[in-house]
Parts: sequence; C-alpha cells; structure tokens
Amino acid sequence: MHPAFSVIFFTVASGTGFGLFVLLYMADLFRLGGGLPAHASALTGLLAVALVGGGLLSSTFHLANPKNAWRAFTRWRTSWLAREGVFAVAFFPFALAYIALAWFDAARDVRLMLGFFACVLAWATLFSTGMIYACLKTIRQWNTPLVPAAYLVLGHFSGAMLLLVVTLAVGASSTAYESLVMALLLAAAVLKATYYFWVGRPYGSTINTATGFTRARVRLLDTGHTHDTFLTREFGFRVGSAQRFWLKAAFFLFAVAVPAAMLTQGQALSLGAGLGAAVSAILGMGVERWLFFAEARHVVNLFHGAQRT
Amino acid sequence: MRLGLVIDLDVCVGCHACAVACKEWNASGTTGPLSDYQPYGAEPSGVWFNRIRHYEVGEYPDSKTVNFPMSCMHCEDADCVTVCPTGASYKRTGDGIVLVDQNRCMGCNYCAWACPYGARELDRSSGTMKKCTLCVDRIYDQALPVEERQPACVLTCPAHARMFGDLDDPQSAVSMAVRERGGYQLLPELGYNPTNHYLPPRKHKPIPTGEVVYGAWAKVKKLVNRVVKR
Ligand code: SF4
Ligand code: SF4
Repeated sequence: MHPAFSVIFFTVASGTGFGLFVLLYMADLFRLGGGLPAHASALTGLLAVALVGGGLLSSTFHLANPKNAWRAFTRWRTSWLAREGVFAVAFFPFALAYIALAWFDAARDVRLMLGFFACVLAWATLFSTGMIYACLKTIRQWNTPLVPAAYLVLGHFSGAMLLLVVTLAVGASSTAYESLVMALLLAAAVLKATYYFWVGRPYGSTINTATGFTRARVRLLDTGHTHDTFLTREFGFRVGSAQRFWLKAAFFLFAVAVPAAMLTQGQALSLGAGLGAAVSAILGMGVERWLFFAEARHVVNLFHGAQRT
Repeated sequence: MRLGLVIDLDVCVGCHACAVACKEWNASGTTGPLSDYQPYGAEPSGVWFNRIRHYEVGEYPDSKTVNFPMSCMHCEDADCVTVCPTGASYKRTGDGIVLVDQNRCMGCNYCAWACPYGARELDRSSGTMKKCTLCVDRIYDQALPVEERQPACVLTCPAHARMFGDLDDPQSAVSMAVRERGGYQLLPELGYNPTNHYLPPRKHKPIPTGEVVYGAWAKVKKLVNRVVKR
C-alpha cells in the first residue's frame, strides 16, 4: 500500500495523544508518584487533546472530496471508519471537561468519572483505528488481531514516553513513570516482533486462486494498461526485503533499544535524556507506521502478476 | 434478482472492445465523466470500469493464453459497502447492483481497499469513487428495444464472450451456462461471494508443437525436393 504521510502522521499523533490522556488519567486516579501538579496535569491533557485533534485534522487531508467528510459519521453501524470518527469526536467533551476540572484541581469524583468516560472513548477510538485496517480481508498483513492490539499498545507506549518527559520537566518523582514506560516498551516490542514473524511467512491467496487456474502455473503476459492506473498507484507500492529488514531494525533500535538503554543506564534520568528517549521512540513509531503501510500487499496485485501477496 | 455477468474465458479474444464500449457509454452516464489524465501525453492514464489482463497458464509448450476481463462483480457480501463510512456505497436490494452515490462520497478510498477485484477507481477530477454500474441506466430503459437492454460491454463483445442475466434464476441462460460449463468465482476464499462468474477454457486436444512427424506421401515429397534442389 502507498504510505500516505497524512495517515502516518494521523495514526502516530492521535495514538500518542490518546495514550497520553489515558495514562495521565491513570496517574491521577492512582496518584502515581504522588500525583502531578494540577496545572501541569491540565496542560498535559491539553497536549494530548491537541495531538488527537491535529491527527484527526490531518487525516482529512487525504480525502479527495472533503466537503462530504461530515457524512463519515453516519454509517457507524457497519463501518469501523465511521465508528472511529464518532468515538473520537465524543472523546473531546469528556476530555476537555476533565482537563478543566484538573486545572482547578476541583471535584475529584466528578473529574474521575468524566475522565473515565474519556478513557473508554480513547480506547474505543484506538481499537477502531486498528480495526479499520484489521477488518480488510484483502490485505493479509493487516487482517490479524495483532493490528488493533499494536495500535493500542504503541499508542500507550508513546503516550507514556511523553508523560515521563512531563514528570521530569516538573520535577515530580519519576520512578513509577519509568516503570510504566518500561512495561509498555516490552509489550510493544514483543507484540511487534510477533507481528513481524507472523506476516513474514506467506499464506493466503495466490495468483492461482485469483484467476481460478489452480492446477497450472499462471504468469502475467500483459496488464492491459499503457501507463499507471489508480490501482497501481494505490496498491502497487513495493518495498524490498533488504529495506524491510533495515526498517524493522530501525524500529527496534529507535523505539525499543534507545529508550530502554536510557532508562536503565543506572543514574537518575535527566530531562534531556528523557526527551531524547521520547523523540527516539516516536521516530521509531513513525518508521513502524510507514512500514505497516509499505509492507501491506493488497490482493489486487495478484491480478497484476504477483504470484502471492 | 441477482444481476451480473458471466464471462467466457474460452472465447474472449482480449480485444478490449468491452472496456472501450463501457467507457463510451458511462462517460456520459450517471457516474460520468470518467476522467482521463494526459490522454494524448506521454503517460496516458484514466478511470476505467473494466480492465482486461492477459495471462499465460501452464508451461510452454503445454500453455495457453487466457484473456481476462474484470469489472465489479456485484458481490453478495460486498465489503466495499460495509466499510463505507458515508453511506455513498450501497447495494440495491432489488437486483443486487452495487453503486456509489456521487453526491455522498468523500473520496477516502476505503472501499477500494476493501475490494479484492480492483473494481473501484477514484476519479481525481470529481474526487469521488467510480465503478461499474452494470449499465443501470440502460438495462431498465423502456425506450430501448428489449434486446438492447443489456450492459454496453455485453452488447459490443464481438466474440460473444459476455453474458448478462439473473444468476438467482436457475433457468436463466447465465445460470445454465455456469452449471454446464463449470463457471466459477474469483478469490472464493475471501468470502465476498461475487455474482459474476467465469467460464473456464474448454479442454482441447493439445496442438503438437514439437518434432513434426511426416506421413509416407510427405516423406516422398521431401525426398523429391532434396533431389530436385529447387
Ligand atoms: S467487486 Fe469490489 S466493488 Fe464490486 S461489489 Fe465486489 S467488493 Fe464491491
Ligand atoms: S471513497 Fe466514497 S464510496 Fe468509497 S468508502 Fe469513501 S466515502 Fe464511501
């Protein structure tokens, strides 16, 4: 699949925003590390909402006819894309109310209740984003439960990295937050390793099941078009196996190894090191998302001569 | 009713006339125009509802060229419809035709991702998704003579490789052809249950292409030729 920048930015930014909000709420609920100062907590919440909002906005850039975008909320009963939109929009009022109360450090019970609803909606949105891809039977690299799982875990992981930076910036006790990051980092690494192992082995449709000639070799003679088509532009994107290998290595280096090394180097984590770890993790996440699209092979490629996807 | 096409791969000669007739009819039809990009330039491209590909099946000398026209299969379980967030893509309950409402589509491409058959193409000029309508604007047209109430591709095919009809009716010509010739669906494992069926090439005796075996008279002629040395 063609990796569109707007969609990569959208999924990384909104995933980070939702993860950040959920963990901020958890920190508030369990008073993690003694809890964050009220204003810092509210501003972090605003950062989370801004990331989500910016991501959603950028996702409309890849629409060819954005004037009809408002209609995308109507088919939530069947479409995961519509569900994602509905949950994401419903998230804002709850999140903003929670942030307002957090700013004034007021009405803890009401605040926690509102925050809880916002969290559930954040989870629902992240899950829906994953399901947008995972429900497609046409792309075997996406049609797996590991995809929504990865969207949830990676969003929380990058959110936790940002939350750690916030605690370091305001000088709060960061030990609990570091453990949180490490736990999510491990979960993300294991999940993506499993995913890469799983999609690396060929299975599913072949040029034979696509054409119906299952008892002989089938070879494309001519695609029938003189130049590129919508199909080749949208689905024809290829990434070589060597490049795939190095991109996976880059993901594990930037998103896993560098943050893990910085968190376990033995001394107290400085703000600079925390920031470096967060930037590295989000960079790694960008690589992961690019590869997620680039590596996905749509079955229509079988009709264009691919022997398997 | 379950309207669709049956395509005979045994007789399709791969002339692309169906695709041209389709474009000609639909460019001014309900979902027209079908935009072309650089039609006379170095990199001609554009929107088509119907595309023909060509394959070689088997290994030479036991191989066969198969021409493969493909358009929307008007699937029974059409994921292109379920994934559409705007409701622009829909499947008609009466005859099973899958259509895109051009006034609702926001051009997100999601339905094209969900279609295994490459049947949907985004038109850059309108920003909307376009696809085969099964010539919905002519198959019901009372102003046309009955025999012309068929999709443009079916009418134009010089080899009569395309048939149009109701695949729900076991007595229709298309259903009988599917039954008698072992018609099949593409990518059945994905579970879309496409309406369009393909009739496989008939089995023929292989045409010998190796060492030619000469009969007695041919041998005599060969000998004479060698002696005379024209
Ligand atoms: S062929 Fe593609 S566009 Fe047509 S109904 Fe099936 S899934 Fe939808
Ligand atoms: S491109 Fe149009 S028809 Fe296709 S899913 Fe998006 S809104 Fe629906």
